[in-house]
Amino acid sequence: MDSYFSIIFTEVYKILFLLVPVLVSVAMIVWLDRRVWAFVQKRRGPNVVGPFGLFQSLADALKYIFKEIIIPASSNKLVFVLAPVVTMTLALISWAVIPFGENFVVADINVGILYLFAVSSLGVYGIIMGGWASNSKYPFLGAIRSAAQMVSYEVSIGVIIINVLLCVGSLNLSDIVMAQQNLWFVIPLFPMFVIFFISALAETNRPPFDLPEAEAELVAGYQTEYSGMMYAMFWLGEYANILLMCAMGAVLFLGGWLSPIDIFPFNAIPGPFWLIFKILFLFILFALVKATVPRYRYDQLMKLGWKIFLPFSLFYVVLTSSFLLYFDLLPGK
Amino acid sequence: MIAHSVFFYIFSLIAIVSAVMVTVSKNTVHSVFFLILDFISISCLFIMIGAEFLGMIMLIVYVGAVAVLFLFVVMMLNVAEQKGQWFSSRWDGGTHIPVGLLVSLIIFFELIIVIGGWKYKPDLLNSLSLKISTEVTNTKSIGNVLYTDYILLFQISGMILLVAMIGAIVLTYRERAGVKRQSYVKQISRERSEGVDLVEAEKNKGVKIDA
Repeated sequence: MDSYFSIIFTEVYKILFLLVPVLVSVAMIVWLDRRVWAFVQKRRGPNVVGPFGLFQSLADALKYIFKEIIIPASSNKLVFVLAPVVTMTLALISWAVIPFGENFVVADINVGILYLFAVSSLGVYGIIMGGWASNSKYPFLGAIRSAAQMVSYEVSIGVIIINVLLCVGSLNLSDIVMAQQNLWFVIPLFPMFVIFFISALAETNRPPFDLPEAEAELVAGYQTEYSGMMYAMFWLGEYANILLMCAMGAVLFLGGWLSPIDIFPFNAIPGPFWLIFKILFLFILFALVKATVPRYRYDQLMKLGWKIFLPFSLFYVVLTSSFLLYFDLLPGK
Repeated sequence: MIAHSVFFYIFSLIAIVSAVMVTVSKNTVHSVFFLILDFISISCLFIMIGAEFLGMIMLIVYVGAVAVLFLFVVMMLNVAEQKGQWFSSRWDGGTHIPVGLLVSLIIFFELIIVIGGWKYKPDLLNSLSLKISTEVTNTKSIGNVLYTDYILLFQISGMILLVAMIGAIVLTYRERAGVKRQSYVKQISRERSEGVDLVEAEKNKGVKIDA
């Protein structure tokens, strides 16, 4: 019985050690997003609270905590309350399998990439639940749009993951990183990296694919009826998902915790920092896209997902597998 | 092993209760939510017996895709209005209840046959031609079975699904007249000379554009 408690204690310690930095960095990343966005548009952005406005997110969080939570009378109350909880939980549990270094991961499971994919495909439920339970037209329309969009782009993300897995021969995320020791997958699979990046934008409902929110036509989509901390939880979940997608891109294509060149000043920096640099790099790309690209029309979005990305990534699966087979490079022999 | 059995009972309890709630709950959308909960707890059970690949595929395919479509359909149809007709207290002959009873009886007998087979032939697992090895990961062994041993059957089932998909598309496709489609090629290859058209208009007469 004693060993059970010690196991539980160490696991809880590990989880807290992961979750607290993730939550703090989600708050910081919101600030970074707004700053980059403002920088592109020649504004200043949040720069008042704290040094460089760093504590702006904390101030916002405090404001949300003290705001009243309004639950619409005709809503389905239980589902309405559950929806932000589901979004937030799903955004946080996926971090369990992200490897920050060799043997520096909470759960080193065999099917890590499938777990990530499964959890991100569950993410659509928070949005559908929120939109349906609000019992109002705009949230419902936003939820339906978002569900269709996320399901569509998941398909192409799945096919892109198959491309990477063909080169690795394992579903374990640490193995995926270790397979990139000589060559990051971004070089041989560069078109797949681009498609993954765009699909990640669509999957996390970021501009130019933020039709579920579409503040000009649907007010704010599925989160119209939410207020106070419940709205903040949707928001935090969204940004945690964006960070997660960046981490996924870093692990799958940019060599995870590995340093770009294996010589002294670079490989002296510990692995977790490299992963964080790569996540930040991808996130700044996300923010720049948000600042520069106009919103897609809905039929164009669907056309892009089903008629361009899916056939192209399927074609690339054939290309990758034939290349590996012809040059006898298939892993796991 | 205590923790293992505690988790097993928790997950199976959730699975059974939510399976009952799928049929019992009055709100159809709630039924689908309970169905999703059922899928999730069953995939947890799969993971607990070491079939982590099956558990994850269950989550991705059923919860991530199939149940979303269920939810779509259920939310779109206004089932609440029809419920009065289906489960009215007086039986007006042609309801769904006799058919439902028949189907559930058939499923019940099938279950009895399956569980009875287990009972009368306890060494069923050993008599299988497939060798279950604990050495290789189950992702690899499933891949071996599907893509090496039974590749032809797998291909045939894929063909059947493809034909079914094409059939569904052909059956539901209808060409609508008067729909304007966007053509990127046409838009991009448009020159300024074609875009701007100077028309000498006569007085008190209309000009016909869009020729």
